[in-house]
Amino acid sequence: MGHNGKMIRKKDLTFLQKSYIPEILKGMRQTIAEMFKPKFTFRYPEERFRPNPSFRGRPVLVQENEVERCVACGLCSRVCPALAIEVQASETELEKERYPIKFEINMVRCIFCGFCEEVCPEEAIVMSNEYELVFSSQEEALFGKDRLLKSAEELKPRLEFLRLNR
Amino acid sequence: MQSLFLISALKFVAFVAVVLLTVIMLVYAERRVSAFIQNRLGPNRVGPWGLLQAIVDVVKLLLKEDVVPRNAYKPVHDLAPIISIAVALSTFAIIPFGNTINVYGHEVKLMIADVNVGILYLLSITSLGVYGVTLAGWSSNNKYSLLGGLRSSAQMISYELSMGLSIIGVLMVSGTLRLDQIVLQQTKYLWGWMPAWNFLLQPVAFITFVVAAFAETNRLPFDLPEAEPELVGGYHTEYSGLKFGLFFLAEYANMITAGAVITTLFLGGWHLPFAENLGLSPLMLSLLQVLTFCVKMFFVMMFFIVVRWTIPRFRYDQLMNIGWKLMLPLTLVNVLVTGLVLLLIQ
Repeated sequence: MGHNGKMIRKKDLTFLQKSYIPEILKGMRQTIAEMFKPKFTFRYPEERFRPNPSFRGRPVLVQENEVERCVACGLCSRVCPALAIEVQASETELEKERYPIKFEINMVRCIFCGFCEEVCPEEAIVMSNEYELVFSSQEEALFGKDRLLKSAEELKPRLEFLRLNR
Repeated sequence: MQSLFLISALKFVAFVAVVLLTVIMLVYAERRVSAFIQNRLGPNRVGPWGLLQAIVDVVKLLLKEDVVPRNAYKPVHDLAPIISIAVALSTFAIIPFGNTINVYGHEVKLMIADVNVGILYLLSITSLGVYGVTLAGWSSNNKYSLLGGLRSSAQMISYELSMGLSIIGVLMVSGTLRLDQIVLQQTKYLWGWMPAWNFLLQPVAFITFVVAAFAETNRLPFDLPEAEPELVGGYHTEYSGLKFGLFFLAEYANMITAGAVITTLFLGGWHLPFAENLGLSPLMLSLLQVLTFCVKMFFVMMFFIVVRWTIPRFRYDQLMNIGWKLMLPLTLVNVLVTGLVLLLIQ
C-alpha cells in the first residue's frame, strides 16, 4: 500500500477476477457446502449439553459414607470473592471432630470462580457439572446443606480431574 | 362479460393468497437457509420443522403497538408502507405462470391481467417502489431513516436504467412487450435440441438484469438503504407493528416479483423442455408447467438467499461506480451487439 497515494499490487487482477463473477461463484460454493455440515446447536430441552470434568458448574459438598467431608475450617468462606459462602462449625463424635452445622451458598452471589474448591484442604467442596440454575426468589437461591450435598460417586469424574490437574 | 369478470376475480383472489403465503414461507426459508449456512438450526419449534414460525411472527406483528415518532408527518408515515406493499403486489398481475388452459369452454390465461405493454407496466410499477422507501425515510423525522431513504432513491434510480436497458436486449430478441408472448418465444428450440431460453441468447443482459434486480430489491450486496451496522434499520427504523410488517412483507414480495420476472424473461417462464412430447393430457401438461414455473422461481429465490450470505455489502461509491460506469455501458453495448447480430441474421 501507499507510495505517492498509488496502490502497488504484486500482480494485477485478471479481467475475470475484476468481473467478480468467478469469485462470487467460488464464494457461493463455499456457503452451499457449509449448509450440509453438521450443526453446532443443541435442541435444548431434548438434547442437553454434557460438560467435561473441567467444567465449573455449581459448587457442591462431597458426601462420603453418608457424611460430608467438610470440617468447617471456613477457608472457602474466607477466599470467596463474592462473599457467597457462610459456614458455622460444630463438634462431632466422628474422627474429623468438626463438622459444619450450617453451610450455605448464596447462588445469586456465586460467580463460579472455583476458589473455594482450590483452597479446600479436604477436597470437600468441588464444582459440579450442573448448570441449570433457575430461581424465582432470593430465598430460593440460598442453598443449604440439603441441596449442596452430593455423593462422591457422582462427583468421581471431577475429583479425578482435580487429582490429575492440581 | 360477467364470467370474464368472475374468472379475473377468482384468479386475483387465488393469486394474492398464494403470493402472500409464498412471501411468508420465503421469510421462513430465508431464516432456515441462513441458519444452515452458519451451521445453526434456525427456527424449528413452531409446527413441524418450524414451518408455522413465520405465521406466528405475522400474528405477533399484528398485535404490536403502532408507534409513530412525535414529529413524524403522520399521513405520509402511514402512506409509505401502503405504497410499498401495493407496488410489490401489483407487479404480479402480469406474470404468466402457466400456458393458456381450457376450463369448461373458456380460454383462461394463467395470468391476472393480459397487458399489451407488459414490460413497460412492469418497469413503471417497480420504479414506483422507490416512493414507499423514500417517503418512509423522509416522514420519520430521523436522520438514519432519511439517509436510508436517500440512498435507496439514488440506488434504485441508478439501477433502474441498467435494468431497463438489459430488458431491451430481450425485447429485441423476442420482438414483443407481452410477457406471455415472450415466454411463448422461449418455448422454441435452437438446432432442434437447445431450448431458446433468453439467458442463453442474452447472457450479458441476464447477468446485468440479475445484478440490477438485487439492487432493486435492496438485497445484499446492495442493501445500503437499510445497512444495519451504519443506519440502524434504514428507512424503517421508526416503524413498528403492522406498518413494519408491511415493509417486511413488501421486501420479500419484491424478491418474489424479481424472481418471477427473471424466470419469465430469461429462464423460459413455465416452459419445461420436451414436456410437450410426453403425451400428457392438456390439463396435466399445464399443471406440470405451473409446477415448472414454481420450481424455477424456487431456485432463483434460493440463489437470492445464498448470495445474501456470501457477498459482503458494497461501499456506496463502489455501488455507484458499478451502476454507472460498468452496468450502464455494458447494457448499452449489449443492445448494440444484439441489434447488429439481428441485422446480420435477417
